Amino acid sequence: MRVSVSIAVACLWAGSVSAEDLQPVGSFDRIPDETERSVALFEEMLKVIEHPRCLNCHPVGDKPTQGDDMRPHMPPVVRGDAGFGAEGMMCSTCHGTENVAFVTGDGSIPGHEPWHLAPKSMGWVGLSGADICTQLKDPERNGGRDLTAIHEHMAEDGLVGWGWHPGPGREPAPGSQEAFGQIVQAWIDTGAACPAD
Amino acid sequence: MATFTVNGQDVTVDMTDDTPLLWALRDGLNMTGTKFGCGVAQCGACTVMVDGSPRRSCVTPLGSVDGAEIETIEAVEGPEAKAVQEAWVDIAVPQCGWCQSGQIMSATALLRLNPTPTDEDIDRAMAGNLCRCATYVRIRKAIHAAAKSLEG
Repeated sequence: MRVSVSIAVACLWAGSVSAEDLQPVGSFDRIPDETERSVALFEEMLKVIEHPRCLNCHPVGDKPTQGDDMRPHMPPVVRGDAGFGAEGMMCSTCHGTENVAFVTGDGSIPGHEPWHLAPKSMGWVGLSGADICTQLKDPERNGGRDLTAIHEHMAEDGLVGWGWHPGPGREPAPGSQEAFGQIVQAWIDTGAACPAD
Repeated sequence: MATFTVNGQDVTVDMTDDTPLLWALRDGLNMTGTKFGCGVAQCGACTVMVDGSPRRSCVTPLGSVDGAEIETIEAVEGPEAKAVQEAWVDIAVPQCGWCQSGQIMSATALLRLNPTPTDEDIDRAMAGNLCRCATYVRIRKAIHAAAKSLEG
């Protein structure tokens, strides 16, 4: 019994998200072709974009997920009209302005001001890297942002930044928001190219 | 330490800032109408209003409510709260009753925002309030009844 339990725990551990650092932006200089370098930079961005810290609140439907395993959010909340939850069961009913450690056991409830879902047009779950890239640059779907505003969102937005400071019980997004911002800027400077489908 | 109002009364609670508001209400102020259920914002039993919005007091640090207006089951007021409580009595919603103060606070919050909720609106608003006695059908019926009484 003890052996089987150990194996089960090992499998769970192997199946969890592993921490992954971001490559320094300068390391991409080894790629001589600018478009190829840009694509490589975007693929580095995907380490963050496709991390559960980001995907959990960028669903393509109306319900967020939670945790490193991206399980359905519990309680079973919905996005509501503006991404802040349903009337009477808003995100802020449980999520405060900062992470709060549980006093009754391990773990914490995440928080930030504001706390909300990304608009449905910015849903990423299940999309290919190419599709995410195209969507990210499309002002019709990205909230009317140009590339400068995309960089600002990625590099400076507080809720995006929460992804690197998620509190006990959640793995942070790879690298740091500063390093991520540098990669986003380098991607933009090299033409903001997208991977092929 | 935090100073705020509870049901219109000024109070000061001498507890650390990371103490949950639920602890402050129950242990600091002896207001035991608000219940402890899970301690991790999963059941809704501890729901109170903070500045007019429903909030799980078990994950609300005391330091975050300094200067806030808190409403609890002991004295939540207004036409929606009155209608909800009357409907709860008329339909005999509670069974064991443990979760009901949280249910009533959430139902009141819903009706303040949406005076004519559909079944779906109710299910969404009440999704975070668990009831081990499974009184959900009566809860939904009572919210509809409260909404109807508010029409007149």
